[in-house]
Amino acid sequence: MLKLTCPNCGVTGEETEFHPGGEAHLKRFGPGSSDDEFRDYLFQRVNPRGVHFERWRHQYGCGKWFHAARCTQTLEVFGTYTAQTSEIPQNIIDAIKSRRPDWEPEA
Amino acid sequence: MRDYGRAGHGCVGGVSGLRHEAALIESRTGGLLGIREATGIRGMAMGMRRYSAFAIAREAARYHTGWERAWRSPQPKAEYDAIIVGAGGHGLATAYYLAKNHGITNVAVVEKGWLGGGNTGRNTTIIRSNYLQPSSMAVFEKSRSLYEDLSQQLNYNIMFSPRGVLMLAQTEHEKRAWERTWHANRIAGIESELVTPERIKEIVPIIETGGPRYPVLGGLWQPRGGTARHDAVAWGYARAASAMGVDIIQQCEVTGVDRDADGVTGIQTTKGAIRTKKLCIVVAGNSGVLADMAGFRLPVESVALQALVSEPIKPCMDCVVMANTVHGYMSQSDKGEMVIGGGADGFNNYTQRGSFQHIEETVRALIETFPMISRLKMLRQWGGIVDMTGDRSPIIGTTPVPGVFINCGWGTGGFKAIPGSGWATAEMVADGAPRALAAPFSLDRFTEGRMIDESVAAAVAH
Repeated sequence: MLKLTCPNCGVTGEETEFHPGGEAHLKRFGPGSSDDEFRDYLFQRVNPRGVHFERWRHQYGCGKWFHAARCTQTLEVFGTYTAQTSEIPQNIIDAIKSRRPDWEPEA
Repeated sequence: MRDYGRAGHGCVGGVSGLRHEAALIESRTGGLLGIREATGIRGMAMGMRRYSAFAIAREAARYHTGWERAWRSPQPKAEYDAIIVGAGGHGLATAYYLAKNHGITNVAVVEKGWLGGGNTGRNTTIIRSNYLQPSSMAVFEKSRSLYEDLSQQLNYNIMFSPRGVLMLAQTEHEKRAWERTWHANRIAGIESELVTPERIKEIVPIIETGGPRYPVLGGLWQPRGGTARHDAVAWGYARAASAMGVDIIQQCEVTGVDRDADGVTGIQTTKGAIRTKKLCIVVAGNSGVLADMAGFRLPVESVALQALVSEPIKPCMDCVVMANTVHGYMSQSDKGEMVIGGGADGFNNYTQRGSFQHIEETVRALIETFPMISRLKMLRQWGGIVDMTGDRSPIIGTTPVPGVFINCGWGTGGFKAIPGSGWATAEMVADGAPRALAAPFSLDRFTEGRMIDESVAAAVAH
């Protein structure tokens, strides 16, 4: 069972208090985009076996969305951070690297 | 128990073996050629000794010293006409039908663990074909009909038990969805029946239809749906494929896919490099990982799906009941355990274990519908990693890399599809392009917006 800390209200809870929202940092493609771009936006998830950035909502708490960095192979949570960013914060990258020295963020 | 007598027992053929007695006697006088003709299995080059009642008697008379290994355990050759990654049900069935239907026997099935050790050995063994969309009905009904005589075809008792599958309608919305599916089934010629709560009570006397939280308002009943022994399906396909010359290479993990400008040239494995011009990826939850090695991305996400079994009890339910609203799927195994499938977790996961609250939610809801299970002890709980697509339909098709084929995305319902999926995938690998059965499930449907929407058809939250 996962334990997550909501960066909005600071509460730490187990996963039944939160709701998963899928891959984070998606770039939205809408009208005017190519078929492939729109398919990628809708369906082509990274789905890695390893470090994953994802959205969570503090459903039974403050109700706000945030981002989490988590390992899909070990369920280790590296950290959580605000959803109001398209960049992965340096402290999250550092936290991942301290546990996964070979890991590199995707360009 | 109505259907339990049909199931036979164990690995030595049971009921299924008996039908071949006459053929076997004939073949003993007619030599090896006679066996081939009698079984209909083409080219038993490696010599598979048939299972039968006579074989049991023969072995009983000599202290069971004559049983052979069910399949060979070869070292990989330098090159194959086709390599299948993943020795689960779908991969083994693909290899079997490549050999049997298309005469392609220079085939390797490579598996990082042991065969049938993934979702094939972790599911709740439900077989049905009453889907909504025409292309789904085609492939699932092909599959269900192949299950009917699979024990005889494989000479291996897979314990197919067409005990009937009942899908409950527990909301008005779900009831209307089943009415729609029932009409679709009738058009497609699939036998299914819309049933009332009274009829449901006849089919499943232990059910409580009154609610209050999850009342049973009706249901969709497929009398020729049922269950089979999942391990035996993998073992039966493996044994028959191996006998036709397919190399099943276990504990051989794929670490890379080799390709040049023209397409795939081979794979790198923990047992060395193997060359091939045709590579078929059939690895369910790990499809994304293999696709990444080959250089493309798939529209799938891997999540954990859980199941559990109770302690064994006396026979109490002789069909499969699916309560989709609460994600509770229950049947009774031949050993007497209540086999319960639950819902999938909502987040990406490769750990083959799910979250405890899903077990609790499933069991809590099932107890209202089946009050008698409230005092059962649960013995074991486990998870499998399922590959979910956006429309909850599978992907069978070519990929952006020439020579690489994919069969994935069966999500939470792959076991029932094993024979039909293997049949369709073998056609595609043999021809280089999918035929009618597989064609609608191609990868480009996500670009074209040509969804095969079984997600909405299921009428439940996914």
